[in-house]
Formats: sequence, C-alpha cells, structure tokens
Amino acid sequence: MRKISLQKIDLMFAEIANNMSLYLPVDQNDGKAAYTKWEEGKKWSNALNTVKSPKDFFFPQTEDMMEFKVEGKNVEVIDTRKVSEDFVVFGVRACDVKAFDILDRVFLVDPRDSYYATKREHGIIVSVACTRPSETCFCSAFGIDPAEPKADVSVWKTEDELFMQSNTEKGEKLLKMIEGLTEEANDEKVKEQKEQISKIMKKLPLADLDTSKFGGGKTDDFFKAPEWDELSETCLGCGTCTFVCPTCQCYDIKDFNTGKGIIRYRCWDSCMYSEFTRMAHGNNRNSQKERFRQRFMHKLVYYPENNDGIFGCVGCGRCVSRCPISMNIVKVMKKLGGKENE
Amino acid sequence: MQKITSEMLIEKATELLTNGTVSTVLGWKKGECDYDVSPAEFKSVEEVKNEFIYNDFSAANLSKYLIKRTEKVHGQALVFLNPEKKILVFLKPCDTYSFNQLLTEHRLDRESVYAVGVQCDGMIDIEKVKKIAGDGILSVDCSGEDIIVKTLYNDDMTIAKADVLAERCVNCKSKKHVAYDELLGETGEVIDSNRFDEVEKLEKMTADERFAFWQNELSKCIRCNACRDACPACTCEKCVFDNPKSGVENKSPANSFEEKLFHIIRAYHVAGRCTDCGECSRVCPQNIPLHLLNRKFIKDMNEFYGDYQAGAEVGSRAPLVNYTTSDIEPGEVFDRGDEDA
Amino acid sequence: MQMNEYKPLIVAFCCNWCSYAGADLAGNNRLNYPAEVKIIRVPCSCRVNPMFILRAFQRGADGVIICGCHPGDCHYTSGNYYTRRRMAALFSMLDYLGIEKERTRVEWVSAAEGAKFAATMNDFVEKVAALGENKRLEDLRCKR
Repeated sequence: MRKISLQKIDLMFAEIANNMSLYLPVDQNDGKAAYTKWEEGKKWSNALNTVKSPKDFFFPQTEDMMEFKVEGKNVEVIDTRKVSEDFVVFGVRACDVKAFDILDRVFLVDPRDSYYATKREHGIIVSVACTRPSETCFCSAFGIDPAEPKADVSVWKTEDELFMQSNTEKGEKLLKMIEGLTEEANDEKVKEQKEQISKIMKKLPLADLDTSKFGGGKTDDFFKAPEWDELSETCLGCGTCTFVCPTCQCYDIKDFNTGKGIIRYRCWDSCMYSEFTRMAHGNNRNSQKERFRQRFMHKLVYYPENNDGIFGCVGCGRCVSRCPISMNIVKVMKKLGGKENE
Repeated sequence: MQKITSEMLIEKATELLTNGTVSTVLGWKKGECDYDVSPAEFKSVEEVKNEFIYNDFSAANLSKYLIKRTEKVHGQALVFLNPEKKILVFLKPCDTYSFNQLLTEHRLDRESVYAVGVQCDGMIDIEKVKKIAGDGILSVDCSGEDIIVKTLYNDDMTIAKADVLAERCVNCKSKKHVAYDELLGETGEVIDSNRFDEVEKLEKMTADERFAFWQNELSKCIRCNACRDACPACTCEKCVFDNPKSGVENKSPANSFEEKLFHIIRAYHVAGRCTDCGECSRVCPQNIPLHLLNRKFIKDMNEFYGDYQAGAEVGSRAPLVNYTTSDIEPGEVFDRGDEDA
Repeated sequence: MQMNEYKPLIVAFCCNWCSYAGADLAGNNRLNYPAEVKIIRVPCSCRVNPMFILRAFQRGADGVIICGCHPGDCHYTSGNYYTRRRMAALFSMLDYLGIEKERTRVEWVSAAEGAKFAATMNDFVEKVAALGENKRLEDLRCKR
C-alpha cells in the first residue's frame, strides 16, 4: 500500500495528467459534482457522488459508429472510431465500480461490443471508499462494500492522507507512474476507516432493504402483480432514472442525414419512453405501466436470470434522489417484496 | 395564519369519498423518508388515511394528472361519465393557474373534477436543505415555523424555512387560488414578486456572456425530458421530439445544436401558455434554470403586448394567438435593454 | 484567406403573395442581389414556424430573413400580424441566448417593391457577412 499527503494531491494529478487524460468529480457552479477533465486549478470534489454516472466514459450518451458518403451510385462507409488513448477515471465510488461489471456482462460477451471494449481496455479506474454514505445509499443490499471498492486502484481518503492499493496490472502501472510522490504505508489507518464505515452502513435508513424475494426465474411471481398499477400510476414517463443510472445499458441506433451523407450513431434509450424498441408492428409496451414494469423487472429479475443471479442495480441512490415524483426502485422492492408469493 | 396539516386534507378527502361526491382522490403520498413525497391517486378512505400526506414537500403540480383522467373522446369524458363520481384534486395556488390554463385549452373536463384549493406557505427544496445540513438526512420536521433536520453526521439543526424555500417559492407570483370548488385554509393575493430579476440580469450581459451562460447550462442537459413530462402546459399527445416522422426526433442531445433546439422549441411552444409554475426547474436532475427561458417569454410579452398571466382566468387569449395592428416590429425588440449595456 | 472571399448563406422565406413576386420583379428589373440568398416560397409569412428557422441554421444558413406583406395587406387578412408577434418573441429569445441578433430579420416587402427587395437582401447579406460564419447555432455534423 502507498500513501500521499493530501497537500500533494494536485501534484499527483498533474503527474498523471502529464501522461494521460485524467477525469475526476469536480464541483460545478450549481454545487453538484460532475466528472471533469483535470487541469491546473480543478479541485477534487468532496461530494459523495456525481449526478451523472461514470458510465459515460465507456458508454457515452451519444457515440458515432460510422459514416456513409453517397456519391452517385457509390456508397462509401467510413469508420469513425478514434484510436483510443489511455485515460484515468479517478474517484469512482464502489457502487459505480460494480456497475462497470454489470455493463461488461452485456457489452463484452459475444457479440463483443468493440466500441465499448476499446474504451474499457484503455480506461484505468481509481475507486475511492465512501466515508460518508448518504440516506439514499443501499449498495450493501447488493453485496457491495463501500469500504472495499474494487477497480484498478482502490483509494482511501483520510483527514490528511490518501492511501492507495493497486489491484490489477493497469493499477500497478499507474502507481508506478506516481511512485516519486508517494511513500510506502501500512494499512492501519485504512483498517480503522473500514470499521468506521461498516458502523455507519448499519445506521443507514435503507440498510435493511431485502433482495431475497427477487432474482432469476421469478418472472411469474411479479409480472402480473397488481401492485404495478399503483406504483406506476403517476410515473411521468421521463428518462431521469434511466439516464442517471450507472447500469442502464439500453441504446438506440439512429441515422442522421447531414445532407451529404449519413452519420450512424447510437444514443442512450430509456424503456420509459413511448418509442422504446418500436418495431415495424408498432410498440410492444403501450402503457406507462408496462414500460415502468419493464425497467424494474429488468433490474430485479431478467438481468439476474441471465447473469448468475447478479442484480442489475448497485444501490447508488441516484434515481432515489433525482426522480421528479420520488418513485424509485426502493419503493418498488418494498411494495413487491412485502407480499407473500402465492 | 393557520398552518394546513395533512389531517385537514385527509378529513376533507374522507368526507367527499364517503358522501359519494368523488370516487378518486389526487393527492400526495408518503415516501420512505419525510421528503420523498410522490403524487398519487387514492381510491379508498383506507388508502387516504394510511398514506396521504401534505407537507412542505408536496411540490408536484397535480393539474397535469387530470388530463389523462378526464380525457374526452368525441365530446364525452372518458372515465368520468357519471357526474356524481368526480375526481378530487388538491391544488396549491400555482397549480390552480395551470388548472385554468388547461381548461382554457379544453384539455380537461371541469365537470369531472372537484377542486379543493389548499393554502400554500411555500415548498422546500431538499437540495438546499442538504447544502446547509449536509448529506445523510434522516428526518425533516416541517410541522413548525422552522424546520428541524436530523442527519447521520451532524447535530440536529434548526433551519429557517425561508433559507430552504424552492426558487419558485422564493419568487412566488401569487398566493391566490384562481379556481376551486372549495378552499382549505386561506387564499392570498397576487404578489409583486422579483421573479424577473434574474432575467434582467441576463439581459444586461453582453451577447457573448449570455451565450457562454446558456452554453454552459444547456450542455448539462441529458434529455431525460423530465421538464417536458412534468410541465402542465406540455400536453401534446405526441411531442415533435418523440415523433420519428418529424425529422427532429432525438433521444439524446447529440451536440450543442440539439440541446438548444430542444429547449428553444419547448420554451417557445409553451410561450404565452406557461403559467410559471416552476415544475420544469424543480424536476431537472441537472439543475438547469429552465424557468429563466419561460420567464423571458413572459417578461417580453408583458412588455410588448401588455401584462398577461396565463391561467389567471379561463378563456383568455394568449399573446401569441392574438394581435393588434400597431404591435412592435421584430426588429425593434433589440432596441431595449442590452443595447446600452 | 481574405475576408471578402467569405460568402454567407442566407435563407429567405418569402410570402407567395408579395415578396416572392417582389423578388421576381427585382429579377425582371435586372436589380442585383447576391446569389447566396436562397429563397423558399411560403403561402404566407405566418407559415414559418420557429423550427424552420432553427433548422435553416442547423443546415448551414448564416442568416435567416422572413419577408411578408406589409401589415394590413395580408392576403389572408391577419397572417402577418401573427408573424410579427411570433418573430418578435423568437428573435428576442435567440438574442437572450446570445445568438447574434443581426442573423435574423423580418421585412415587409410588397409585390411592387422589387427595388426594396434587392436593397434589403444586399443590406442583410452585408450585415451577416460582417459577422462571419454562424458558429452559435451550427450543427457540426452538417458541415463535415
């Protein structure tokens, strides 16, 4: 384990930024944190988390896939992929790190998504333990320990120092890069912090959220549950929950006509939208109730069914704090899970 | 002034459900903690008694929910054919403006609705509470004059309500209920608010500064459509931005042009119809001050064509569907304000 | 590159009953106005919806001008009165967003005013050319 004084942290950022792009949460003028490219003067935010999740780095909201140029009877296909360079995403919370694993299981299985894969290969993730989880956090329900964040490098921030532990080869390389600034450390203070965090975790209001009723193979238990009517009745059908979610991975592929050619791009899509997965025959989910149900069934039943029981939610709490009508996965789980399975 | 409590609303809802005046209640429902109040529909006295809440977080404007519930098909209300079985809706002052505006546009059936106006002392913005009290909010007690916040990390804190009022409530334009069948608490007056101050500040900037300001704000947009979906004036059955045949349909803002296109067109489409209820800014997950777009239109139209408040009365003609033969020329609109800045 | 090489692209929405004929008259009278002005004929100036204007900018226009009948002379009695209000509101909003106000204009040009049409276009092109390319409402995808 290595450590660095917090006073020298900007030197460390500068050193990393000398070698590759460095992104980290920075407070914006509205007081909210957002991942921002580091440059001299940018300060690492103290906020628990960013409004938008870091999935953007690997699965951007909009991404060009290819371009077509049409000249007479010739159609030229242009590969618009850029050669990726290594980059560092610093200060990712344990929940968001776990979310990358969930995305990997979608994009890196056959057929492998090369757009996602290249960025994933070039991205180095530095996670940070959460010393002050919020009332909206429920990562522990999904087996995530915010005191033990995974990723290439794990970081623990104390009052005046930053402790670092590499977990992968990529992480090793990164720590090597800043070796001159850091010093060898024992893990005593880190252990102390972990204990503190685990005490706080028990006090969180959503700590007792029960996931045992959900999982693969439970489609019949919940699909026709009468509770969906009540849960979805005031859903506005906006995409806030989907777009702030670190694990939502649905996208649409669209063509943009530039007048001289076509740009084929993909962009995030939301199952809450009326045009979601529209096909030649029309839409397969015509009511907001069906769309609402799809979102939660996907996270709690369909995803675990195809992925060894792993849930499609990491309990980051973004949807809990951002939903315009305060409806969220926690309320859904409590409502549905409270019912005896007939 | 008397403080309005949940109990008073529950009592009213129970009475109207029991005596058969209404069959359904539109109100607000308790959440997991004090501040995550959801708009909800209640069908029984039992539901109302167990789950109904009215507090300083009952912010959602319920007018919009009436559209689907009283939709007319060939002249007949879809759901409420029986005039004895109305839908009860609780409306705060600003919600009543939206209610009137929807009536003006024939988007709801007045006969199907029993509207109870509720006195409003302003709603709290939980983000402002978090800024003061810190993260890890365990409870927010807003039953008294000041609010008392308990958190995981700090001592209990007493905060003056004025410090955590939502932006739209700080600049409240009216405490007057412009439509109701019955009133709970008191109705107030139209307030001479400072709601255009921010707009004026922007107008006084140079074009470059304004461009930078909006470029920065609008680039935060993630196109979740929450502003549109929560807006009681956005009632198109198929939004142009959702319609694949419109040529401008897009699910995400691909670049800065599309960000601007969406917000300009949305603000323009509700211009003259926007009652300035502030739902767009309340629901924006990225904290974009969307009300500053709507208020610009309101302010302009007040200045060009005389004061007009959408929803103040049913049946009024909005400025953009009206004219006089001596209106200001489009080229003259710039000769005000920023020219001398 | 010399400044005078830059030629702005102008989209002119012209009412069928007045300014479109005015443009014809300008042509018949051999009055010059820049070829970069692309005319789109509309049945009435009030047919122009704000989306048309924004789309014109998106597709590469550097300036957009709407020409209609003089107030009081609308073929449909009141169309141009609505245009006047709509565009006043829209242009003010574009200005509020920091988009150069010289890029948008409304002019009333009758079928008899061929000379006014040419003069208006010459003036508008000159003003827009002075601003340079439209950067604030551009869609880079359309410029690839």
